[in-house]
Amino acid sequence: MTKPTGRSRGPFDPRLLHYARATRTYLVLSVGVGGATAVLVIAQAWLIATVVNGAFLDHRDAASLHGPLLALLAVVSGRALLAWAAERAAFRASAAAKSDLRQAAAARVAAFWPSGLEQRDTGQLTVLLTTGIDALDGYFSRYLPQVFLAVIVPVGIIAVVAGADWVSAALIAVSVPLIPLFMALVGATTRDRTAKRMRALQRLAGHFLDVLAGLPTLKVFGRAKAQARSIAEVTNRFRSATMGTLRLTFLSSLVLELLATVSVALVAVAVGLRLLGGSMNFHDALFVLVLAPEAYLPLRALGTHFHASADGMKAAEEIFELIETPDGDGARGSVRADGTGIVIRGLDVTYHGRRLPAVHDFELVVQPGETIALTGPSGCGKTTVLSVVLGLRRPDAGTVRLGGVDLSDLDLDDWRRHVAWVPQRPHLFARTVAENIRLGRPDASDAHIAAALDAAGLTEVVRRLPRGIDTPLGEGGAGLSAGERQRLALARAFVRNAPLLVLDEPTSSLDNETEADVLDSIRHLIFGRTALIVAHRPALAALADRVVELPAPPVPAAITAGEGAAST
Amino acid sequence: MNDRPAGALRTLNVARPAQRRITHASLLGAGAIGASIALMATSAWLISRAAQHPAEASLTLAIVGVQFFGLSRGFLRYAERLVGHDAALRVLADLRVRVYERLEAAAPAGLPLFRRGDLMARVVNDVDSLQDVVLRVIEPFAVAALVGIVTVAGMWWVLPQAGFVLLVALALSATAVPWLTGHLATRAEAKQATVRGELSAEVVDIVDGAPELIVMGGTEAQLGRIERADKRLRSLSRRGAGTAGVGLALTTELIGLASWGALTLGVRATHGGSLNGAFLAVLVLVPLAAVEVVSPLPAATQALQRSRVAAGRVFAAMDTRSVVTDPLHPVPIGSGPHTVELRSVWASYPGAGRAALRGVDLTLAPGRRVALVGPSGAGKSTLADVLVRFLQADGGDAMLDGVPMERYAADDVRSIVGLVEQRAHVFDTTLAENLRIGRRSAEDAELKRVLERVGLGPWLDGLSDGLSTEVGPMGARLSGGQRQRVAVARALLADFPILVLDEPTEHLERAAADALTTDLLAVTEGRSILLITHRLSGLEQVDEILVLQGGVIVEHGTHAALLATGGRYAALWWEERLGDQPASTQQNVTDVTDVTDVTDVTDVTDVIIKGGDQP
Repeated sequence: MTKPTGRSRGPFDPRLLHYARATRTYLVLSVGVGGATAVLVIAQAWLIATVVNGAFLDHRDAASLHGPLLALLAVVSGRALLAWAAERAAFRASAAAKSDLRQAAAARVAAFWPSGLEQRDTGQLTVLLTTGIDALDGYFSRYLPQVFLAVIVPVGIIAVVAGADWVSAALIAVSVPLIPLFMALVGATTRDRTAKRMRALQRLAGHFLDVLAGLPTLKVFGRAKAQARSIAEVTNRFRSATMGTLRLTFLSSLVLELLATVSVALVAVAVGLRLLGGSMNFHDALFVLVLAPEAYLPLRALGTHFHASADGMKAAEEIFELIETPDGDGARGSVRADGTGIVIRGLDVTYHGRRLPAVHDFELVVQPGETIALTGPSGCGKTTVLSVVLGLRRPDAGTVRLGGVDLSDLDLDDWRRHVAWVPQRPHLFARTVAENIRLGRPDASDAHIAAALDAAGLTEVVRRLPRGIDTPLGEGGAGLSAGERQRLALARAFVRNAPLLVLDEPTSSLDNETEADVLDSIRHLIFGRTALIVAHRPALAALADRVVELPAPPVPAAITAGEGAAST
Repeated sequence: MNDRPAGALRTLNVARPAQRRITHASLLGAGAIGASIALMATSAWLISRAAQHPAEASLTLAIVGVQFFGLSRGFLRYAERLVGHDAALRVLADLRVRVYERLEAAAPAGLPLFRRGDLMARVVNDVDSLQDVVLRVIEPFAVAALVGIVTVAGMWWVLPQAGFVLLVALALSATAVPWLTGHLATRAEAKQATVRGELSAEVVDIVDGAPELIVMGGTEAQLGRIERADKRLRSLSRRGAGTAGVGLALTTELIGLASWGALTLGVRATHGGSLNGAFLAVLVLVPLAAVEVVSPLPAATQALQRSRVAAGRVFAAMDTRSVVTDPLHPVPIGSGPHTVELRSVWASYPGAGRAALRGVDLTLAPGRRVALVGPSGAGKSTLADVLVRFLQADGGDAMLDGVPMERYAADDVRSIVGLVEQRAHVFDTTLAENLRIGRRSAEDAELKRVLERVGLGPWLDGLSDGLSTEVGPMGARLSGGQRQRVAVARALLADFPILVLDEPTEHLERAAADALTTDLLAVTEGRSILLITHRLSGLEQVDEILVLQGGVIVEHGTHAALLATGGRYAALWWEERLGDQPASTQQNVTDVTDVTDVTDVTDVTDVIIKGGDQP
């Protein structure tokens, strides 16, 4: 199917050279292989002309043409070998470039957190960095080599043909550049319509998915059977509209095919007539005729591979955009915090794309050693306050002093070394249970880990796992329930042994019985430490010295601003 | 779901409805490639003949031929692409309808396909991708076969040995080469799969685990892990790169050899006098032009593999067994008032290991309001599905007005017994359209009224587009509570005499959940309802409460009676009360936490007795 061409861009994005160094060697190699291919194509035509001329007009036998025939065999095999070499180089370059881009992009993900990430779907980001980037294969292994062949081969052929017959050379020289020119013209005129059709296609697939997913609901209301007709109708209406667009978009390939074949036909007729008139010899005529289509082949192939390039360039562009995203945090200070006191005054945080602030004019003072519970209805910004304390989110207004240092002067890495954090939905890393806990403290001994597991009430859970603390977790490993994940994050916090604890509803996914166990451990954990706890459940809030209640978020006027998703 | 590829024939059969158009497209495509081969053949003959200096008139036909073939290729190709795409889109339309109809028959809410959005999205993607069967599989092979046969025949006519050489070259390029490239690609893929999986897991960790890594200072280490996994993949890819160009190289070599062989044979035949020398150039140039016949085939073979995998998943979804069948002569439903009744019903979803309902009795008399409570996995949703005839009881009787439900048409049963599903689907359209699924003919004023009844009045007033507000895909622009309330409003509009509400408050916060339950019970006053819930707050208002556990009703009675009994319901109720007390009161009542501390004394009644002493 036709793909949207997007905004117009050259056949090669120079940023690839910048971000994927592997591309450079490869480009040199591609030019080399392209040049060698052009030489072989010309040699092949010359040898064919020589052999046919010898046998046809000079009546020579196979034995006397032994030399050129053997040479032709070598040239044919040489072309095959070059085709293989070109693809191999392309494949290697593609693998290397993908890995360069992937690593550059991954390094940025951490650096621009959170301002860059919160607007993105993390699932899409992961897909982009793993399989999405594979779209570059089509770009590197099909399209790019063809770009070089499409320039080098026609130029070489025109030069050589000019030596044999300048009229044919002129004909080819005029028609070859017309192909990309007309294709670009047709492409430019149909681009908007094509893009519109692509969007319509996506909407249509969305509609189909919507109806299928809602089938049980439609059945409840007795409306399911009637939908079959509407699906057929909608799809067929889309089909006729699409065919209208395709009639235009396919014009570009019509132009390509017409120019290529008509030019070859013109060369053949012109050469034939001059041959008849005696102003040209057969050898040159056949040489020109064999070469003429070869001048257009690379351009045709380029047209075919153009779609592969569109996907690849789209992936590359998304990655460039990721790499070029500015840092989320702005300048970082270098003053070390002194203690764990927290002073927040007049705090305002507004999330990207939202009109209403998630937190407005918020005050909080935490003395070292104090345990504070943050409560309030969902969407009131409790989690947002925690991310400010963790240095994960810059306030839009207000003063924040952590450990006696203003946030803008604070050495955040140093500050975070004194913090243990249990997020609401902890992430399971794709490594063993022990390694997951060691994230909290890389040098923790096995005894430390066992103690942390015990404190978090996980000993029994881990014992049931197939390989105990060495069981791999996360993607492709064992899964844990939401409650077990929370306890794993708690174990991480235990082993970290940090003076400031930041706990975001650490018991929200636990059943009442487990909650009681874990609450006991938390009580031990917060003893002698500073703790900031978001508490939905009263039993958790009961552990605090002080409860700070955040006001409910203002009632949004339109549903687009509804759902205080910030704190969940 | 299984991921076994479908059979090649069944996969190709997807295109059957557009058979005629595909034939036309293939003929046009064959004509296009045929034209360029014919162009080279006539051109070669033209200049060879011209070299013999005949009268100009004897070349006229060849000149016309060259010009004709030169012009026709482009137009034939243009026509082929149009017809082919038209056929592909028709195949898509037909397949969508067929998939829909099959799923419509099978669709009860309990099947994984309807519970897991990712499975359904994949099926939809697969359906879309199956149009490739037309353009990328059938057409290339059909065109290759047509042109290949005609070209070989033509060569054979000029010089049989040359025809044979071309036949061998084309046949090998059309069969062995695609097979070999496919095989090599699969092998390389299999080798890389594990490393790819590892790399993907590390990438997931840095993306999803970014905040934790930042706070714990693990970013650098994680980048190191990505780099190491990436290096392993890169070195595997380097080693696999050698196989990538094998297909193209082999095709180039085979076609080059065919041209060389035809030339060598042609030189001998010309010298021996068995071939007119004017045809010698034709013998070389035709194979060179014929490369176009076979070059798309490796890609076509891979497209077939991909389509078979997609088709496998689509067919698996389509073959989902219909759980309920209608009788040949359905009994009409009486005018009411209606009663539903379950008599020791056993039921389970196909493929589920053990029965979800194990002898359940339930009567919902006209106007009765019954609540069904129990832990998750107790079989509550299965029971709802039996009541709306999404599911057939395996044992016992599900009756409507004293008649077993299987004697009615399922759609008729659902016109009496309505359901608000646990995750009711909200369609990607306007608020009004979503509500009108309940009643097509409802006026705007009615829609507004019903939204007010479910507590969405103030919210509606705040919407700038009012009832025409788009709710987004899967109702994304509504909050969880708003979605559920819209679903309830829709069911109220439909005016079912009996309404089953399956966990309408499941994904809501406690306060919102309790508010919705109260509103629900208020607006459904006077109707028979079965409220399925795991929250017990507000159940003082219902006529009867059933406690379902492990597929069995373990207790039933009114709220007061059950509480007095001190059984399972009472235990659940106190547990909920304890968890719900506001933080401020809890802080001074320290012994509440003490009570929670003793919960590991497994007997819950302990807690209840102590909890019962709370003010």
